[in-house]
Amino acid sequence: MSHPSATPHLSRRVVLGAAGLTLGASGAVLAACSSDPDPEATEPKTGGTLRAAFAGGGADETIDPHRVNLFADAARAKAVFDKLADLGTDMAAVPRLAESWTPDPDVTVWTVKLREATFHDGSPVRAADVLYSYQRIADPEATFRAKQDLAPIDLEASRAVDDLTVEFVLKYPLAEFPNSLAAFGAYIVPEGADDFDAPIGSGPFKFVSFTPGSEFTAERFDDYWDGAPKLDRLQIVVADEESARINALLGGQVEYAHDLSATTARANEDNDAVALVASPGSNMLGFAMKTDRAPFDDPQVRRAMFLLCDRDELVESVLSGRGLVGNDLFGLGFEHYAADIPQRERDLETARTLLAAAGVQSITLDTADVGSGFTEAAQIFAEQVREAGIEVEINERNADTYWADILTEGQIASYRSGAMPIASHISQRLLTESPTNLTQWHQADFDELYLRLQSTADATEREVLYQQIQQRLHDEGGYLVWGFADWIIGTLPGVHGVEQAPANTLDWARFDKVWMD
Amino acid sequence: MLAYAAKRIGLGAVQVLAVAVLAFALVELLPGDAAVALAGDQPDPDNIERIREQMHLDEPALARLGDWLAGIATGDFGASLVSGRPVAGLLVTALEPTLILAGLTLILLLPLSIGLGVAAARRRGRWPDRLITTFTVGLYSVPEFALAVLLVSVFAIGLAWLPPTAVGVPSLLSEPAVLVLPLLVLLARPICSIARLVRAGMIEALDSEYVAHVRRAGVSERRVVLAHALPNAVTPATAQIARTADWLLGGVIVVESVFVIPGLGTALVDAVNARDLPVVQGIAVAFGATTVLVNLAADLVAFRLAPRLEVAR
Repeated sequence: MSHPSATPHLSRRVVLGAAGLTLGASGAVLAACSSDPDPEATEPKTGGTLRAAFAGGGADETIDPHRVNLFADAARAKAVFDKLADLGTDMAAVPRLAESWTPDPDVTVWTVKLREATFHDGSPVRAADVLYSYQRIADPEATFRAKQDLAPIDLEASRAVDDLTVEFVLKYPLAEFPNSLAAFGAYIVPEGADDFDAPIGSGPFKFVSFTPGSEFTAERFDDYWDGAPKLDRLQIVVADEESARINALLGGQVEYAHDLSATTARANEDNDAVALVASPGSNMLGFAMKTDRAPFDDPQVRRAMFLLCDRDELVESVLSGRGLVGNDLFGLGFEHYAADIPQRERDLETARTLLAAAGVQSITLDTADVGSGFTEAAQIFAEQVREAGIEVEINERNADTYWADILTEGQIASYRSGAMPIASHISQRLLTESPTNLTQWHQADFDELYLRLQSTADATEREVLYQQIQQRLHDEGGYLVWGFADWIIGTLPGVHGVEQAPANTLDWARFDKVWMD
Repeated sequence: MLAYAAKRIGLGAVQVLAVAVLAFALVELLPGDAAVALAGDQPDPDNIERIREQMHLDEPALARLGDWLAGIATGDFGASLVSGRPVAGLLVTALEPTLILAGLTLILLLPLSIGLGVAAARRRGRWPDRLITTFTVGLYSVPEFALAVLLVSVFAIGLAWLPPTAVGVPSLLSEPAVLVLPLLVLLARPICSIARLVRAGMIEALDSEYVAHVRRAGVSERRVVLAHALPNAVTPATAQIARTADWLLGGVIVVESVFVIPGLGTALVDAVNARDLPVVQGIAVAFGATTVLVNLAADLVAFRLAPRLEVAR
């Protein structure tokens, strides 16, 4: 592999980064400039079977939409089912089965109007189906994935006003409540559905067959509320190995291959036999510092770490250049992201001074082989910190217990996160009561600020609070965010309408708008 | 023969039981506990507590071991933590493609490798022998994954003669073309090792006193080789054939993942990735049982081919 000079790469990335930031403000623009390179945009054709390869979970896979866990599960579930809302490319909630949502002035009672949609058996989607689905997910005895997201809803007090209106009563004010309606796995199933051998949903495709760990077939639902899909049939097949997915694509066995590596993308950049769709900003990569213990309880030491990090080097070597540089904030390109905060650059001298003043001589960096590039990033960052004369011990932990261990132990740890709304990132990880408060960020005034944000009905006022919160995290938070990995999908050249979108958002693995030559 | 078989079967049953206990113990030995590992990157304490209850980890280990062994005895391997489906059902599903591949490989392997070994031995030192020896030594040194990648890029992607993977194929037998490349990869190394063992055994047999005697009695060379020398020549190879059968029945993970064949190897990898411990334990017991069975069969066959070996034991 060649090593081109750093300059052109740097400039390319600056351009890409800037593009990501501006486009991130508007999902529509981002979507518009994606996928279809053909300017004359020929009329979409109807027909054909699209075969899509995803990594799967073997014979253990389930088609119960409330049990989704893997990408393949989610892709199948969204073909057959709908949610009330879904997340746009910028993580803003987009209405789906819900036509509109209106909060009361306290943002604790939300009236959700449903659009007229039908299940595959011809029966209408009603408020009762919505309440049943949410009750099933919230069952205290079960472990459905979306349970936590739906926890703010007081389901006892919530009710169906009429067949097309649901009134959700919340346990506390929540201005970003529509995010909950878009939660991963919060699909609407017909009232009473508990057996999903032949699932009936309201989604764009009707269920045909499913063999766990092998294949799933669905066919066009002509009465889909968002317009019937162009494809006759959708087949989702399972290939766990990335090499097998790209081979199946190159060999013409599938038309769509999900989740390709940066290496594969680089190898096939000039290959006319495949089209690559890379979605920037999908996967956050960084290090989490414990703000409640030495040495990182000192905000100046955290600042020194921020300044020691050479983000360009990490993106170039760990992500093969297929990613964006981070600015110690979660959610680059997403709704409410504080894009105006200047990009942090490496400053070895200042970092050295700060560390000397704090008397820090050594740190221990936790990492584990829990994802591609994880340990490599730790090694490279350790070298960067050593340049300031600090001793860095890399503690490679057991991969099985890594996430639980670093929650309470250690000083600084390798970390990653998938895409989610910025509000979810804060509520899950940065409040005193958060279940996974990895940086041990316990700040009563910060909790207060977030509570205020969630009880502010006015969007403009809320935006000010979002900026305030992120400025605080950028200045002295515990997350060092060095980059965002692209999410890469490959298709055959005749496949159109595959959008750039972070995983688990509305346009990701969305096959109702895809068509083939 | 019967006494010998009974003794070996009894020993095999004890071995399977030992594997079952070990599979159970390994899960107990996981750092933290199984619930922490299962929670993965969602280490929310509530979540861990829920998993703990679901798996009955709050009950004493010995009681759980007893329940589990009693279940296995009746064919009940428990239920998957991920899907809630019975583990026994998952094992049967994953066994089918593995059995098809292993069966076809063995059917092709035995005549090919024995034929090559005999051919080389009969032309010892001449060009066919040297050709076969060079070929078998060379091919044996190519690892499965390298051969698989090479075959896929040449025959599936470059020449487009064969499908690169078995992705989405409902049953391997319904589209035999997908079997060609995996079979080639699975056959490559065993053919080499068994052919070389047969060649060595054959050379020894052909040089032996009893073959010389049979020849002096005027028996045709064809009969000498097939009826008299071959049974003795194959005996040393039976252990290697058993090892190969065991390797194949375990689901060759490299081949399964490159060619997307949902067999036992893939099932194990998936279960480990999903931290689905009941499935991992079930597969471990299944592997233990097949190993014991295959070796039992090999010992009985070897005993039948050359009964005098029992005296040596």
